[in-house]
Amino acid sequence: MRPLIVGAGPAGILAAQTLVNSGIRPVVIDEAPSGGGQIYRQRLVPDERSAKDLYGSEANKATALHRTFAGIRDRIDYHPETLVWNLRDKVADAVTGHRTRRIPFSHLILATGATDRVLPFPGWTLPGVFTLGGSQIALKSQGCAIGEEVVFLGSGPLLYLVAWQYVKAGAKVAAVLDTSPLSAKLHLLRGLFAQPSVVLRGFRYVTELMARGVAVRFGVQPILIDGTARVEGVVWRERGEEHRLTCDAVGYGFSLRSETQLADLAGCRFVFDTRDRAWRPERDGAGRTSMPGVYIAGDGAGIAGADAAELAGERAGLALIEDAGLLVDRARIGVLERKLARIQKFRDVLESAFPFPETWANSIADDVTLCRCEEIAIGDVRAAVRDQGVFELNRLKALTRVGMGRCQGRMCGSAAMEVLAAACGQSPDAAGRLRAQPPIKPIPMGVMAQEETA
Amino acid sequence: MALLRRLARQELPLVSFTLNGEACLGRAGDTVLTAILTQSDRLRLSDFSGGPRAGFCQMGACQDCWVLTTDGERIRACTTALEPGMNLRTVTEPRS
Ligand SMILES: Cc1cc2nc3c(=O)[nH]c(=O)nc-3n(C[C@H](O)[C@H](O)[C@H](O)COP(=O)(O)OP(=O)(O)OC[C@H]3O[C@@H](n4cnc5c(N)ncnc54)[C@H](O)[C@@H]3O)c2cc1C
Ligand code: FES
Repeated sequence: MRPLIVGAGPAGILAAQTLVNSGIRPVVIDEAPSGGGQIYRQRLVPDERSAKDLYGSEANKATALHRTFAGIRDRIDYHPETLVWNLRDKVADAVTGHRTRRIPFSHLILATGATDRVLPFPGWTLPGVFTLGGSQIALKSQGCAIGEEVVFLGSGPLLYLVAWQYVKAGAKVAAVLDTSPLSAKLHLLRGLFAQPSVVLRGFRYVTELMARGVAVRFGVQPILIDGTARVEGVVWRERGEEHRLTCDAVGYGFSLRSETQLADLAGCRFVFDTRDRAWRPERDGAGRTSMPGVYIAGDGAGIAGADAAELAGERAGLALIEDAGLLVDRARIGVLERKLARIQKFRDVLESAFPFPETWANSIADDVTLCRCEEIAIGDVRAAVRDQGVFELNRLKALTRVGMGRCQGRMCGSAAMEVLAAACGQSPDAAGRLRAQPPIKPIPMGVMAQEETA
Repeated sequence: MALLRRLARQELPLVSFTLNGEACLGRAGDTVLTAILTQSDRLRLSDFSGGPRAGFCQMGACQDCWVLTTDGERIRACTTALEPGMNLRTVTEPRS
């Protein structure tokens, strides 16, 4: 038995540990130079900052996860700085530097995490505009703020978290512009019963931001990010009035989107998640996909956060062990599933508190760049609908190249789906799903095939 | 002018490299993106309109941070560690 785990974040590491505990030796592959995934990302070299400085309230969890991974290192085959760029029948193609090799596997656990969900605005390609996740990576991994005066914009829990982390680290945050209305935050009262510590922490971030003089605005409609060579300011509308603020950097995002390309290449069936407005691989409560021997866990299976990722990673590991005919601890499975169900309920609360800006798709102007790679405008999508009767994303891609560029739709896919569906007067799921194509990320030119297997 | 502002890691060893032929200094543990954007405000020009770009996601997803080395190799700045003696070039011509 030779299971392959893609991703060494909370989900992948817990899956690996679970297999190791049953005497199975998995292959673990991650693009990053060290384990931890997005939230518990490690620095390239140590510096003066403590785990508490880096991970805040989650410092103990981060340290524990890094320790878990170090503890199983000699019982797994770990390939850091390695990208799985294709999956064929029970074989993964993985590239490290300039060498690619084929890695056969018996089972597959996908723990590929998520990236920011972004929506285009005028000025979103300017130097100084980064995603919320990117803003956080600059700070955590590189010890840098994205500018001298930073505005954070968008929706989702990361908005306040990253703003607070910036202020704590000594950066100047000019404003937090939340696109969701203050009234939506009332939903969090429901969450107080489900996950009191998480909700109270969120309230603390907001009150501390305000106490330090950071303007926090709700119900914001972004109009444009101002500047020619780089960011010079942000203009937005709020209760009918236009506002402008000078700044030299903007961190923004609208919650997260799952990295699902490998699940697609593995042949997994997808379902549309109406709450998250996204397609995700179909799975049962244990993480089994529609493909036998293929499991999925963590944010790559649907956004649920780091704690859920750990639980789901362990649960998927146990499912694999059980399906292989080995003994599993039933009581533990019960505990994991109950905890996961509780977090899922809380996710409903978060989605209502940070709703997607539904009016965006119809209000965004034709001349705004939709696709950063191929520089295709919003209007090109509407024209394809109007002139060529397009109503499906892959057809749109073939005709306009949206989603065909280097990022393979990671940055424009959600927005393209929303604009296409809105232009057709349909719900987002009716636009269909962008299909993944190998290589799922650009691989260096002149990569050498190496027929050696791991 | 720099885009990024260093708040920490200022005591780490200096790493020298060149950017468009000029001698520059970064810090151990920098990515190429950090090393460049603490000196300059762009990494490349976009392929078609030639608009300035300076990365976006910093996590290897958007592919908007590719730069060149003087021997013509393309590197993704946000996921490449800065190494002493690197000779880096920002991409200054569309569709290079
Ligand atoms: C930038 C960012 C910042 C975040 N910050 C926070 C935060 O501060 N607090 C919080 O609660 N939540 C945060 N989140 C959400 C958080 O990431 C998740 O809840 C949690 O990390 C999910 O764990 P995971 O194991 O599912 O995935 P991840 O932690 O994302 O790990 C996935 C891993 O898979 C690897 N991978 C993916 N595809 C491939 C491939 N093809 N080949 C090789 N390796 C691959 C990636 O390199 C990554 O290390 C953040 C998310 C993002 C995107
Ligand atoms: S900044 Fe997005 S890939 Fe480097």
